[in-house]
Amino acid sequence: MDSQYLWRLAIKICGALVLFFLIAPILAIIPLSFNSSSILSYPLEGFSTEWYAKLFVDDRWWNAIRNSLIVAAATVAIATPLGTFAAVGLSKVTFRGKPLVVAALMSPMIVPTIITAVGIYFMFSKLGLANSLTGLVLAHVALAVPFVVITVSASVAQLDPVLLRAASSLGAGAVTSFRVVTLPLILPGVISGAIFAFTTSFDEVVVAVLLTGPEQRTLPRELLSGTRENLDPSVMAIATLLVLFSTALLLVFNAIQNRSRKLRD
Amino acid sequence: MILPVVIYLFAVFFVPIGGMLGLAVRDDELAEVMPLTVTEIAKWDGAGLPGPTAFEAVARDLTTAANARTAGTPARRLSYDDPALRGVISTTARGLKGEFAEGTDWTTRLPELDPAWGQPAVWTAIDRAAGPYSDFFVLAALDLRRDAAGSLHFAPDESRLYLDVLARTLKIAASVTAICLILALPAAYLLKSVSTGTQGLLMIVLLLPLWTSLLVRSAAWMVILQKNGIINNVLLKIGIIDAPLELVFNRTGVLIALSHILLPYAVLPVLGAMRNVSATQTLAASSLGAGPVRTFFSVYLPQIVPGISAAGLLVFILALGYYITPLLLGGPGDQLLPFYIAFNTTQTVNWGLAAALGSILLLATLLLYGVYVKLVGADRIGLG
Repeated sequence: MDSQYLWRLAIKICGALVLFFLIAPILAIIPLSFNSSSILSYPLEGFSTEWYAKLFVDDRWWNAIRNSLIVAAATVAIATPLGTFAAVGLSKVTFRGKPLVVAALMSPMIVPTIITAVGIYFMFSKLGLANSLTGLVLAHVALAVPFVVITVSASVAQLDPVLLRAASSLGAGAVTSFRVVTLPLILPGVISGAIFAFTTSFDEVVVAVLLTGPEQRTLPRELLSGTRENLDPSVMAIATLLVLFSTALLLVFNAIQNRSRKLRD
Repeated sequence: MILPVVIYLFAVFFVPIGGMLGLAVRDDELAEVMPLTVTEIAKWDGAGLPGPTAFEAVARDLTTAANARTAGTPARRLSYDDPALRGVISTTARGLKGEFAEGTDWTTRLPELDPAWGQPAVWTAIDRAAGPYSDFFVLAALDLRRDAAGSLHFAPDESRLYLDVLARTLKIAASVTAICLILALPAAYLLKSVSTGTQGLLMIVLLLPLWTSLLVRSAAWMVILQKNGIINNVLLKIGIIDAPLELVFNRTGVLIALSHILLPYAVLPVLGAMRNVSATQTLAASSLGAGPVRTFFSVYLPQIVPGISAAGLLVFILALGYYITPLLLGGPGDQLLPFYIAFNTTQTVNWGLAAALGSILLLATLLLYGVYVKLVGADRIGLG
């Protein structure tokens, strides 16, 4: 065993520890939600599903889940077509200042959410859109659109321009060729973008803090109160369900990406 | 086809942010309720006390305000300047009893209602708040204020806050960036060197935190780091410590949780850079007799520097904007700039100051974003 090998092994072990640091906190809360004791610590005292049972009868959580799903679904419905059209459009044109337009389109991802939230709050308070789900959806669309543009752009970049030329030489207009050729080929990207838009809205809390009243509380907003005021195992139970849900979304997202990669190769 | 999204973001993103920037320099609250006073104060040269017409204008304005129940607005606006002035306005408005007596000598009557009217301080405050635009809020966000003569001074020590907050925000963001970069190097190296199948699995480990709700991650750290949490229990059991460590509701908690949250953003660019390094070069270096450390520093590291700087910049930019995580895991002295923006928006309802603080944060972010775009290109900002 030479020193080169040992050196590499040491780095890999450090790398493995870092990945453990990434995943461990998320996994650590899952057993706590099944603990029969209300103390959030190990060792566990016994197995119990009472915290989940508590969730199911609590209207507060149901309300929050319902609001979150409505807002996320509406966000997806608006952000996906907006972002898809923008991505397809951007691939077709080159003009001076295009990098600037792209940078501007991406900026909602970079500008701190608190700034977007405060700006929208000042404006929506005047328009009477504060404390409404509509206002929240409008804000979430702005935050989600860049993610759709990015994912769809990646798909569009793989598109073979010969196919579009073939379509138009066969007499297809712009609309037909988009519907029949472009859209089916970039669909994996569109679905990935929609998933991104969904999680962006579903996890968003800063805008929700400013823009929602007690009636419109979303799941992250309710979770924030739960964490600050009464951190108990039912919060861990909700957190566990959310971890499972995001794992499922990530796996679906991964599967779509892998499949379209295989189709290309 | 690009137009709809441009219009949308213009209306729901750029206009609101522009509005916020506007609020930072707009200062018309006082003028709305005390229009006569504002007109009269403009004629004052700032020396001594203003003329009798200004006193009369105050009396007229506050009489109207008391009747319309709007005296709270000038009281609040002047209290940003000096908290004691809130009382001066409300006492005077109450004392006028809603009736404007013609022919009163207001230069003696107003100081009777509140002696502050006999001093220049209240008048300079009114002058500063006369609007319609002023640098008052932007200066306040930097702990500066203007005196009657117009020169800048630091606010008295006890009311200084925001320069500290700004320094603290930059310091925490820099620490988090350093921690993330140190942790990202071995993690990216591991991801690069394993087989494709294992890599798929490890990528899920890397990306799952990004997909998990921010609140779940923050709550998890609260549970893990608390006094009778997992870390303290384990350390106590194996006897490394005798008493539980304070790991949460302080700087330690904020640094640990923020580094955990931002680490994937650091790993991805570094991984991308490592994939582009050809293995033959490091092989060549070691066959020429360079040891592992020398190979790393003179052959490997220079090639991944662009990836490292992109990662560092991205983590730093993102760290500046965190609100919820420090709120949950930090103490009162560990809150970043976003906390004070939210606090002034909803708690003190000092929108001008909130907007000024927001503008400072926005400016810092955009400057760094510009550097980042130059470095990696806007189309490559993604989650890998």
